[in-house]
Amino acid sequence: MSADQMLAFKTDCHIFDGCGFEAPGLHSFVFEPMFTVGGIGFNKPMLLALVGTLVIVWFFWAAFNRPKLVPGKLQMVGEAGYDFIRRGVVYETLGKKEGEKYVPLAVALFFFVWVMNLWSVIPLAQFPVTSIFSIPLGLALLVYVIWVGLTFKRHGFVGAFKNFTGYDKSLGGVLPLVMVIEFFSNLLVRPFTHAVRLFANMFAGHMLVVLFTIASWYLLNGIGIAYSAVSFLMTILMIAFELFIQVIQAYVFVLLTCTYIQGALAEEH
Amino acid sequence: MIALVHMAETEVPQNPLIPPIPELVIGLIAFAIVFFFLWKKLLPSINKVLEERREAIEGGIEKAEAAQQEASDVLQQYKDQLAEARHEAARLRAEAQEQGAALIAEMRAEGQRQREEIIAAGHTQIEADRRQATQALRQDVGKLATDLAGKLVGESLEDHARQSRTIDRFLDQLESDANAAEANGAAR
Repeated sequence: MSADQMLAFKTDCHIFDGCGFEAPGLHSFVFEPMFTVGGIGFNKPMLLALVGTLVIVWFFWAAFNRPKLVPGKLQMVGEAGYDFIRRGVVYETLGKKEGEKYVPLAVALFFFVWVMNLWSVIPLAQFPVTSIFSIPLGLALLVYVIWVGLTFKRHGFVGAFKNFTGYDKSLGGVLPLVMVIEFFSNLLVRPFTHAVRLFANMFAGHMLVVLFTIASWYLLNGIGIAYSAVSFLMTILMIAFELFIQVIQAYVFVLLTCTYIQGALAEEH
Repeated sequence: MIALVHMAETEVPQNPLIPPIPELVIGLIAFAIVFFFLWKKLLPSINKVLEERREAIEGGIEKAEAAQQEASDVLQQYKDQLAEARHEAARLRAEAQEQGAALIAEMRAEGQRQREEIIAAGHTQIEADRRQATQALRQDVGKLATDLAGKLVGESLEDHARQSRTIDRFLDQLESDANAAEANGAAR
């Protein structure tokens, strides 16, 4: 496989070799397709998305397919993750009664997002799939459809409209203004911010890691080796930081999902 | 440098916020696969086991609670029985005391009665003895008197049947005289 398919940045240049430093940029997120099916290029993020899917399914299959009363190691880990989302996120926001229905969605979302984020630090992959805007956008739209649909189902058309616009008579004169702002905020801005929050975090994180990685490589010549070492250290630190951000962002994405659903189920006020 | 950046921009003319459609589709398909596996197969499976485990643990607790309940029931029962036994013992003791007292009283009454009987029998015996003695004495006195009289008279009076009658008459007279004297004495 060529570098364009796997790296999306140049590797053939060092300092003092007479070539300039090519900083990572938007092009670092565009991969040449590995092959093309019906005019659609199949690239590295797609591959990672599918492999990640297999990894998640394999893990939970191994952990939960034949569960035992006294769990093995894998089942214990799986249960811990499952319980973390079920109790820590879903029950906390939606309550046990209302929330039970949305546990599979939340669990699937968390582990999907987390594993897609995690690709960022897996050797050879080293690209967070969620930094391709399509992935978080797709998930955010899915969540959007779910909670908007739920609002209509729960409150009817008028109730849903009141829910979206934060209708509250006690506001008096400013009510129309509030309604307009709330409407835009809830229905138009919310899915966008939901997706962008995840996307931008992973995009920026990856950008930093790539920057220091390329710099380490670029500086690896002559006296530049000293700077290269610093840059490499920064790469390690950024990767550690990324590991943390990946979990946080997956958690936030699911927490927001549950909060939106909770808002949809909430009684009008 | 500017040229490079320019080159990069021309190479990648895309705004990162414009989502490429193939990735969107692939992403949703990938998520759908994960979701359906978890939703339909794996989470129900683990939920079942978690529920079973919860029940096993709670069942254990319930069993322990049942055992404890039984133990306390048995203890209560035992205590009740003990109290009942104590009551019974006290009752028996009181009864025995009563019976003993009644028995003693009965015995005492019996003893009294026997004593009186013995005394009465003694009196009767004494009376009978006295009579016998009187009878014997009378005969002896009669015999002595006849013997004496015979010696005095010098002839035996023994054979004569009327002798006894005479003595009897004499003695009767003596007796009646004594009685009369006694009666006179009493009258005076």
